[in-house]
Amino acid sequence: MEPINKVVSVITPLDRKNVDTDQIISKEFLKRIERTGFGQYLFYHWRVDADGNEVKDFVLNDERFKDSKILVAHENFGCGSSREHAPWSILDYGFNVVIAPSFADIFYNNCMKNGLLPIKLNVSEVEELLANGLQHASAVEVNLEEQTVIGLDGKRYSFTIDPYYKEMLLNGWDEIALTIQYEAHIASYEELQRA
Amino acid sequence: MAKNIIEKIWDQHIVYEEKGKPDLLYIDLHLLHEVTSPQAFEGLRLAKRKVRRPDLCFATMDHNVPTRNRDAIKDPIAKKQIDTLQTNCDEFGIPLANMDHPDQGIVHIIGPELGLTQPGKTIVCGDSHTSTHGAFGAISFGIGTSEVEHVLSTQTLWQAKPKTMEVRITGQLGFGVTAKDIILAIIAKFGIDMGTGHIIEFTGEAIRNLTMEERMTVCNMSIEAGAKAGLISPDETTVAYLKGRKYVPQDCAFEEAAAKWLALATDEGANYDTVVEIAANEIEPFVTWGTNPSMGSGISSHVPYAADFDSESDKEALKKALVYMGLQEGAPLTSIDIQHVFIGSCTNARLSDLRAASKVIAGKKVHPSVTAIVVPGSRTVKQQAEQEGLDAIFLAAGFEWRESGCSMCLAMNDDVVPAGERCASTSNRNFEGRQGAGARTHLMSPAMAAASAIAGRFVDVREMQATLV
Ligand code: SF4
Repeated sequence: MEPINKVVSVITPLDRKNVDTDQIISKEFLKRIERTGFGQYLFYHWRVDADGNEVKDFVLNDERFKDSKILVAHENFGCGSSREHAPWSILDYGFNVVIAPSFADIFYNNCMKNGLLPIKLNVSEVEELLANGLQHASAVEVNLEEQTVIGLDGKRYSFTIDPYYKEMLLNGWDEIALTIQYEAHIASYEELQRA
Repeated sequence: MAKNIIEKIWDQHIVYEEKGKPDLLYIDLHLLHEVTSPQAFEGLRLAKRKVRRPDLCFATMDHNVPTRNRDAIKDPIAKKQIDTLQTNCDEFGIPLANMDHPDQGIVHIIGPELGLTQPGKTIVCGDSHTSTHGAFGAISFGIGTSEVEHVLSTQTLWQAKPKTMEVRITGQLGFGVTAKDIILAIIAKFGIDMGTGHIIEFTGEAIRNLTMEERMTVCNMSIEAGAKAGLISPDETTVAYLKGRKYVPQDCAFEEAAAKWLALATDEGANYDTVVEIAANEIEPFVTWGTNPSMGSGISSHVPYAADFDSESDKEALKKALVYMGLQEGAPLTSIDIQHVFIGSCTNARLSDLRAASKVIAGKKVHPSVTAIVVPGSRTVKQQAEQEGLDAIFLAAGFEWRESGCSMCLAMNDDVVPAGERCASTSNRNFEGRQGAGARTHLMSPAMAAASAIAGRFVDVREMQATLV
C-alpha cells in the first residue's frame, strides 16, 4: 500500500450518521474479482437516481468538492458488512482520509490495511468541520506524523491513533511480510497445541 | 482470578505479545466464500505465498448462488466469481462445499451444522455475520479481504484486545416471543453502535433457555449492535448439539473435548468492562420500521414521532428513514401493508425457523398481493425440512420453495425486491437498498414474517398462535 502522511485538501462534508457499507458500495458491484475500479460505484445510489440521472444535491456531485481527498461524516461510519470493497471504493474515488467521531470496527481495520487514514475527532469538532464545509468549501491539512488536522483558518484539532497502525500507514508496510518474521512463534504455538 | 470466557479464549490464542502492539492471535478456523476471497488469493499468488494451514480452512459458495436453476448462472461476472473460488480452493488445497456439494449452504449455517464450529475456537471469515458462531462459546468475527489474505498466509491476525461487555437478559420470555425479538429489542434499546470496540457475552436466564439455533440468531446480529463479536458460554445444550456432528471428535475424545468446552464458561464473579441489562418480559414480537436495525418497535406500537427524539441528528435520521421507507410518523405497525416475504438468511433459515413459520401458515393461503419465498439456509436444512413435509406446507400456502443461499438477504443474485415495495424479512439488515435499489425491508422473526404473508400486513403473530395451541 501507499505510505500516507500529509494531505491538504478541501473537505467533502457528508452530513449523515451511521453511513453503512451497503451505501458506500452496493452489493451489485461486489462481483468483481479485482481490487481496483470500485471508485465509480462509491455511494452509487445516493449519487445517481433510479433513471440514471445525477442527484443534484448530493455532496459528491457538488463541483466545489470535485478534487477533495478528505471525507467527513457523523458517528459510526462504515457500519455493516466486512466488505473491503468499501475502503477500496473510497480510495479509488480519490479520498485518502475519512474523518468521523467514530467508526465501525471492521471498517476501521480495513482502512488501515489499505492506506486509507481514518481519523476520529470529537463529535463537536466534526460538527464544526461539517458546518464550515457545508457553508463554504473549506480546506484542511491532515498530518499523520503530528496527529493533527489544521484548518486553513488556523484552527487545530489533534487525534489519537494506535502507534502500530501509525507506523504501518506512514511506511506503507505490507503487514504479511511483517508477520512472517514471527514464523518461529507461530510454529511453536502450533507445536504446543499438538502436544 | 475469575475470568470471563472472552478473556479465557483470547489468552489461550496469543502467539506473541509485546507492549505497544496488538496481540498476534492464532486462528483455529477460517471460513471462506466467493465474494470476499478472490482478491486475497490473488494477493498470495502475486507475492508467491502459500496457504499455511489449508486444513484449518473451509469454503463454500453462498452469496451469489442462484436459488433456482442452479446450472445456469445468468450473470457472467457472478459466474466468474463462483468459478474463481473453485479454482482457488483446488489450487491451494482448501476443502470446499461447492454448489453441488451436499454440505453447501450459507457459511454461518453450515459451520455449526458440520461441527466445524466448536467452543473455545477463534473463528474468522470475510463476512461480518461470523459473529453467529459465538453461540457455541467461540470468539468469531468478520474480517476484510486483506485480513483474509493475512490469515491464509500466516494463520494469525494482529488484534488489539477488545473490551468486554455483558448483555444480560433477565427472566423469561413471554408467549410467542423469539430469539429474533430479543436481539432486535436489545439493538433498539441500546443503539447500533452500543458494542463498538467490544465483544459481547449474552447471559441470563432467557439466554440459557434458548436452543442452539436460537442462540445463533442472537449472536448473528451482535454485529448489528456494532460489536466485534458476540458469544454465549457453552453449557450442556451446546454439548448435546455438537455430539455426533461430522467434524467434532468422536467417542472418548468427545467426552474429553466436552469437559474442556464446559470449563471455558465464564467464572462466577468475573468482570466486564461494560454491563447492560434488559428484562425478557418487556420484549414483544418486534418489527423494524426504519433503515437500520435499531429502528424497530414492538408490534403493538407505532412508527415513532420526531418529537420522541431529543437530538437533532436523531430527528433528522428518523425523517430521512421515513422518506425512504414511505411511512408516516405515528402509523400503527399493524397498518403497514407488504408485498413480499422472505424467510431465509444466516439469521433465521435453520430447521427450527422453518418449522416455526410453517406452523403459522399451515392450512392457510398467502395473501393475494404478497409474493413469498422460503430459502433454506443449507442443503441439509432443505433436505430435513422436506423429510418433515415442511416444503409441502409452504407450497400449499403459496410460498416458493428454493435452493439454499444468501438470496434476498442481500439480493446479489436474482432474488430482488423491486423499488418502492415492502418486504417482511427474517434477515438481519434493513439498510437502504439492501434487498434491491429502493426496496423497503422490515426485519422480524420467521413466525412474524409468516403471519404477515397470510395477512398481507404486519400482525401480532401471537393472535394467530393463540388459536393454534
Ligand atoms: S445470509 Fe445475508 S447476512 Fe448472512 S452471510 Fe449471507 S448475505 Fe451475509
